[in-house]
Amino acid sequence: MTARPMPATPFVLAPPRAGTPKLRLRLWHGAALAMLVLLSATLADAASTGPAARAGILVILLKWTPLLFRGFLFNILISVASMTIGTILGGALGITLISLLPPVRLAGSVTMQFFRNAPWLVLLFFAMFLLPFQLRIGPLVIPLPDWLKAVIGLSLPVMANVAEIMRGAVASIPSGQWEAAESLAFKRRQQVWSIIMPQCIKRMLPPWMNLYAILTMSTVLASIVGVNEVMTLAGQVSAAEGGRTDLLTPLYGYIMVWFFLYAYPIALLTTRLERRFAVKM
Amino acid sequence: MQTIAAWFHALYETTGINLTIIYDAFDRARFINGFLVTIELSVICIFFSIVIGIVGAWLQGSQLVWTRRIVQAYIQLFRNTPPLVQMYFFYFGLSNLLPRLHAAGGDQPLLSGFAWACISLSFFAGAFNVEIFRSGIEAIPHSTLEAAEALGYTRLSAYRHIILPLAVRVCLPALNNNLVNLVKTTTLAYAIAVPELLYVSAQIWSDNVNVPEMMVVLLLVYFALVGLLVLGMHRLEFRLRLPGYSRT
Amino acid sequence: MAEASPWTPDQPIIEITDIHKSFGHVEVLRGISLKVRKGEVICIIGPSGSGKSTLIRCINALTPFDRGSVRVMGIEVGAPHLDKLALRRRVGMVFQQYNLFPHRTALQNVMMAPIQVLHQPRREVEARAMALLKKVRLEGKEHSYPGQMSGGQQQRVAIARSLAMNPDIMLFDEVTAALDPETVKEVLVTIKQLADEGMTCILVTHEMGFAREVADHVYFTDRGVIVEDGPPAELFANPRDPRTQAFLSQVL
Repeated sequence: MTARPMPATPFVLAPPRAGTPKLRLRLWHGAALAMLVLLSATLADAASTGPAARAGILVILLKWTPLLFRGFLFNILISVASMTIGTILGGALGITLISLLPPVRLAGSVTMQFFRNAPWLVLLFFAMFLLPFQLRIGPLVIPLPDWLKAVIGLSLPVMANVAEIMRGAVASIPSGQWEAAESLAFKRRQQVWSIIMPQCIKRMLPPWMNLYAILTMSTVLASIVGVNEVMTLAGQVSAAEGGRTDLLTPLYGYIMVWFFLYAYPIALLTTRLERRFAVKM
Repeated sequence: MQTIAAWFHALYETTGINLTIIYDAFDRARFINGFLVTIELSVICIFFSIVIGIVGAWLQGSQLVWTRRIVQAYIQLFRNTPPLVQMYFFYFGLSNLLPRLHAAGGDQPLLSGFAWACISLSFFAGAFNVEIFRSGIEAIPHSTLEAAEALGYTRLSAYRHIILPLAVRVCLPALNNNLVNLVKTTTLAYAIAVPELLYVSAQIWSDNVNVPEMMVVLLLVYFALVGLLVLGMHRLEFRLRLPGYSRT
Repeated sequence: MAEASPWTPDQPIIEITDIHKSFGHVEVLRGISLKVRKGEVICIIGPSGSGKSTLIRCINALTPFDRGSVRVMGIEVGAPHLDKLALRRRVGMVFQQYNLFPHRTALQNVMMAPIQVLHQPRREVEARAMALLKKVRLEGKEHSYPGQMSGGQQQRVAIARSLAMNPDIMLFDEVTAALDPETVKEVLVTIKQLADEGMTCILVTHEMGFAREVADHVYFTDRGVIVEDGPPAELFANPRDPRTQAFLSQVL
């Protein structure tokens, strides 16, 4: 169930790219997209047969933008927090995967597989329901509000994926590197930290960024378990406007544009790094 | 059957481990139904996302700039926005713009939540599949296509008999990963009340207050589903391997 | 134009008249003309980058040329609505990198085009394919995949694959350049056998000894033009042009 090295076919999978060289999407495409949404808003507006007193959809979107934007920032905050926690935990888990002790390796591998193959939403539920509302360590009481539980829930799959990225990167280092380090009398710990890991960082960066993009997309799942992020707020906006159904297309489209504007530059950068770091065998 | 049910009932009474899905007929039926819905959703979405992938990859090789641009815009849009928002956009947004059916019991939406889940998840996974198939096609050396041309193949028949079969082999591992992801993403249908596995599980645990038990069952079931898919894909990979090239 | 004069065996089977081809600013063919008669074996030699490969790729329309004319058995290759299938079933081609289809066995590689392109009956094609593989001395390798064969074996499958289309002309584009020295011979023997049977062959090659042995006529090209041509005995023994002399002294 782990990503295995590519079989030695006579062909090599071309590195993914964000666009053919002649045809690269740029930020203005995102802007064009935004225009499209606004256009759909006006169209929906024109199509709506409600009383004239109802405000135009554009006006409504503008009115609620500050609120929605705060919600969106909260999503970003959740993503950054989960990524941080997940990376730290995943790094530790990744170390167990390259351990020389079989039981440690096995335990690490089972943990990784478990969290990697579970749906993110299920893990989020898992954290929501099974974590206590506060942690009591001796006299210290740490409250665990819902959003923090969501952060933890999302960091679980991140952890497993970071560990897998690390394992894959280590596996991609030619065995000659280990042997060279060994023959230079480096200790195991030195081999890992001064020889292997520095070479891995470059290879890990693109998939790690890719993982971050996936995580950012997943932060909206927190709305399902009741965290006040952008999707929850969108639902509240819709309710506050009297549950107008014609509002929903532009509203969700609007949120999609924000995510796109945030995620697309990351995807472009990832692709560029991937191509730059492409391992030449 | 009776004895197993009785045993699990006893388990509940002695240890508090409450697996109603085994001893309670109603919950069992709900759970099995949810399981079947998840399977149905997965199979339909896998099928359509692969179709989208193949067609999209073919269109990306088009001579027409605008065809390529539209495919590219589709890919980037669906890759860089949250699948949940996509699903809401389809289910709450687009379905409202469609005409409604006048059924006996009052107005009904034209498409059910299940149908919208299929549509939005297929487009979501399809966007990744286009990229995967495209890089598979690009991995085939131009000289292979030339050899086919020298033998009198037209572009389309060379694509069908030589390029596509080879490209599929090259991109199977990547496709495998994406399909696993797709199966896991079917849980999002929970958000639009499609009675799939997660949805029925949530119903069951709110009725019986047995969250930990159901959570474990749920994780195990998904683990098994993903495992099954991976196993199937590996068998396919093995059957399609290029003899003399793969290391295993 | 092409239809006006049906080809008869007494005419040249290939007639190239003053063809030009540029890739961007680089003119790789600068006015080449040559004629090949049925059953002739032609070798094209010359330094790399002299346009040899481009020249023979123009013959089966793999590379379109800019000016001039190429006629193959009365078919004008440069015609706007060229019937590519008609051309390519008459002209077989073998490549430097073999270009076998790695997902099919040797036998299937030979059978694919006659079945999928010419829609010939499978049973008949299979019998012919078996005979062809026997002819290139690959009996027993019918069910091996390209990845399981040596370069020389793959190249012989590629030859059989081209022959399965029953071509009148065979083009060989540096077919031994990618092979190990010890397998070069087995491929050359196969080509020699074809030549002896009267197949019209055009070879781009670096194997001077082989060229001298099988060719009826040798062309020496350099920088997109034919510098010198003649029967091999003459050209190899007494090259007239200094460029030919320089080239031959390097490779012989």
